[in-house]
Amino acid sequence: MAQEAAQGVAQDVVGRGFGRPGDVPGWVGYALLPLLNLLAALVLSGLVILVIGENPLAVLTLLVTEAVGYPEAVGYTLYYTTGYIFTGLAVAIAFHCGLFNIGGEGQAYLGGLGAGLVGLALTGWPWPVAALAAVALSGLFGAVWAAIPGWLQAKRGSHIVITTIMFNFIAASVMTYLLVDVLIRPGSQSPETREFDPGVWLPTMDRALGWFGVAIPASPLNLSFLWALACCALFYLFLWRTRWGYEIRTVGRNERAAVYAGISPSRNIILAMAISGALAGFVGVNEIMGVQHRILLNFTGGVGFVGIAVALMGRNHPVGIVLAALLFGVLAQGGGQVSFEYPTVNRELVMVIQGLVILFAGALENLFKPQVEALFRRRRGGPQAEGRA
Amino acid sequence: MPESPQTPPALETRNVNKWFGANHANRDVSLAVPKGTIHGVVGENGAGKSTIMSIVYGYLPADSGAILVDGRPVAVRSPRDALAAGIGMVHQHFMLVDPFTVLENVLLGAEGGVTLAAGMARARAELARLARDYGLEVDLDRPVGDLPVGAQQRVEILKALYRGAEILILDEPTGVLTPQEADHLFRILRALREQGKTIVIITHKLREIMELTDNVTVMRRGQVVANLATAGTSREELAELMVGRKVLLRVEKAPARPGAPVLEAAGLCVRDGAGVERVKGVGLTVRAGEIVGIAGVSGNGQSELLEALAGMRPLAGGSVRLRGEELADRPARFTARGLRALGVGHVPEDRQRVGLVTGFEAQECAILGHQGDPAFNGRFLMDRSALFDRCAAEMDAYDIRPRDPRLPAANFSGGNQQKIVLAREIERNPDLLLVGQPTRGVDIGAIEFIHRRLVALRDQGKAILLVSVELDEIRALSDRILVMFDGRLVGELGPEEADERRLGLMMAGVVDAA
Repeated sequence: MAQEAAQGVAQDVVGRGFGRPGDVPGWVGYALLPLLNLLAALVLSGLVILVIGENPLAVLTLLVTEAVGYPEAVGYTLYYTTGYIFTGLAVAIAFHCGLFNIGGEGQAYLGGLGAGLVGLALTGWPWPVAALAAVALSGLFGAVWAAIPGWLQAKRGSHIVITTIMFNFIAASVMTYLLVDVLIRPGSQSPETREFDPGVWLPTMDRALGWFGVAIPASPLNLSFLWALACCALFYLFLWRTRWGYEIRTVGRNERAAVYAGISPSRNIILAMAISGALAGFVGVNEIMGVQHRILLNFTGGVGFVGIAVALMGRNHPVGIVLAALLFGVLAQGGGQVSFEYPTVNRELVMVIQGLVILFAGALENLFKPQVEALFRRRRGGPQAEGRA
Repeated sequence: MPESPQTPPALETRNVNKWFGANHANRDVSLAVPKGTIHGVVGENGAGKSTIMSIVYGYLPADSGAILVDGRPVAVRSPRDALAAGIGMVHQHFMLVDPFTVLENVLLGAEGGVTLAAGMARARAELARLARDYGLEVDLDRPVGDLPVGAQQRVEILKALYRGAEILILDEPTGVLTPQEADHLFRILRALREQGKTIVIITHKLREIMELTDNVTVMRRGQVVANLATAGTSREELAELMVGRKVLLRVEKAPARPGAPVLEAAGLCVRDGAGVERVKGVGLTVRAGEIVGIAGVSGNGQSELLEALAGMRPLAGGSVRLRGEELADRPARFTARGLRALGVGHVPEDRQRVGLVTGFEAQECAILGHQGDPAFNGRFLMDRSALFDRCAAEMDAYDIRPRDPRLPAANFSGGNQQKIVLAREIERNPDLLLVGQPTRGVDIGAIEFIHRRLVALRDQGKAILLVSVELDEIRALSDRILVMFDGRLVGELGPEEADERRLGLMMAGVVDAA
């Protein structure tokens, strides 16, 4: 109540010809605060590592070295980053339409099915054809899987958070059924398809760069990384430079204003969810066409959920999402290696560290905001502003 | 009653300063409110009047300066401190729990004990006394949500008095009231003054200042520019002090020369989101070159009528003809988008929640509703420079400040936000302009400008349908006045026969007055 009144007053005072007097520089919000949050998460993680009897600095050094310390590690890190960019963008576009898409996991899973069906069907075709078809079909599968909850939200008012969570479970069950009963390699014990024809595999980055005479160590990093970066650019252009993006953002920010402007909220909700699902579905290209070369159970491994944290930390902007995806790529790759080296720092503990980063970057993103802003006000306000006012 | 000069003022602020970043929101604000008086604080939006009162009530900390109650400095760090010092506040937007009864609302936060029974009984007795003494009658056992706005406001006053407030601050108290309810409020405030309470009223309505207050403080740009005895000043002088230049309080306009009907509606019925019929068979005609005003207490169906005519709500019945063409049975064209294409402009009542997307840049807001216009679109991408130029030109023509098309709309003052909406709608040269509350929360200087623009549009031969709860505005602008009550039009008046009393009675549903 007090806050509301104070805000009202601030609103009242702002805009008397001074632009944004109360604001602090933009880089504080985009860079300083996320870094502070990251630092806080690392300090707390260090304490946890200390408690279990390891040296936090040594663990952290190992984590960073194993993530970015040598070319092969960088390849692995960027491979993880690729998936996080897709799901981060997926969460972000839904968010710009005022929707919280928790279903990235299921949409990515279904996208993998789409990519895998292409891989199974196109034996003998050149890989560029397979790659394009995989992008199209994985996007389509993901889009449909997300558009159904979108339709339910737009037309029936079923809450998108609930339905997308349920669709994750449905996706998991559908995939298990398909892999166990339908797509399984005949005579095999494990629920997975046959391996695709190597000719349709999406080339890894080391192979692709090899064509140009650049030699880098082998890693799962593949061409879908470039597609992820392209998606970031397209995401930006679509959302901020086209009228369709304008309409989606209007619905997300102010649904009544959208109705006033003749923009259909339900159409845009379904559209935004479809695009969101397609972006998440591209994870399937990275994992299935680029790395696994067959469809298997649970290949997504939580990438859809990490996407939520990536979008939150990246402020739903493609540049921020790339940076946040990099961070989580480092944590995934470095953390995995740490648990090899230190038996006490097991996989669960690495997840604790990731969780702390998500907690500070996502849930507590404004933890340090009042203090930092007050600091800037004190520095910029006061005497020298007198002349201006 | 004013007391002898030796008595310290009930409330005093001394050289209070408050900064918001680089903005000096309160600059050495000193004002004194003698005990047992009604004190007005006037100023435009952003003049700092709400800021100083928020400091007094403990919402905001002052950067420097002192607050004195009965001559003693008090440290007010929270509303709790303020209440302890005997300061109560009635907010513009009520802080009430709708499903709770009046008694429960008054008790909230002052329950006094583990079980409610004892506190309830005590409160009931005390409230009965307060109601008797000050004319604050409300049914203690009715849920607050069922009460009319005027009664809800009395609950807020009761809340403050029950907590022992000796000084009562009211922020824009009449914004939501009918003239009759406002009169009732003024009677209550005068009764409180008789009993020695001190009242501070923040308002931008100069008529109320003249009618009610003993003294008045005028603020401009964070400073006190005058402390005056009300008896020794005039509306014109106050307006000039507030704005810093001479202001025309009346709208200069020639008689209307109405042409052919542009909008003809008959038997219109509109339901709200909950399915309740809010417009019950309204018929009206607006001709080219005239302004038709719809007066009424808010909540009597005007908002739904306006939104339905703008295509934002489906019709539940009736016919709408635009330039003679029947639209109601053509749902594909009777949409917000379709009507815009047919030359209907719409300035919605609530600019912040409907007319603008406050998080968008001003230039993005300047095309809201016209985002598909080829002028701003290439094959795929929007033409950002066309957008910027359009917005910059409108900002020049309408004197919108700051003149920065890239600034988020939220960072403009209310008046400038309203000008962004008006510029967008008027510059599309609509044949019919639907206008809701064009000057709600807008500075006096901007009101003058907006009124002139609307009259100029009329003189170009456009039809304008105006909905406003401000009677002064309705009377100043309209060529014909329709009064709406409970979803129906209950009468039509010419502007010269529409005096305050008559309009007020009609707005309250007493149709005989017509």
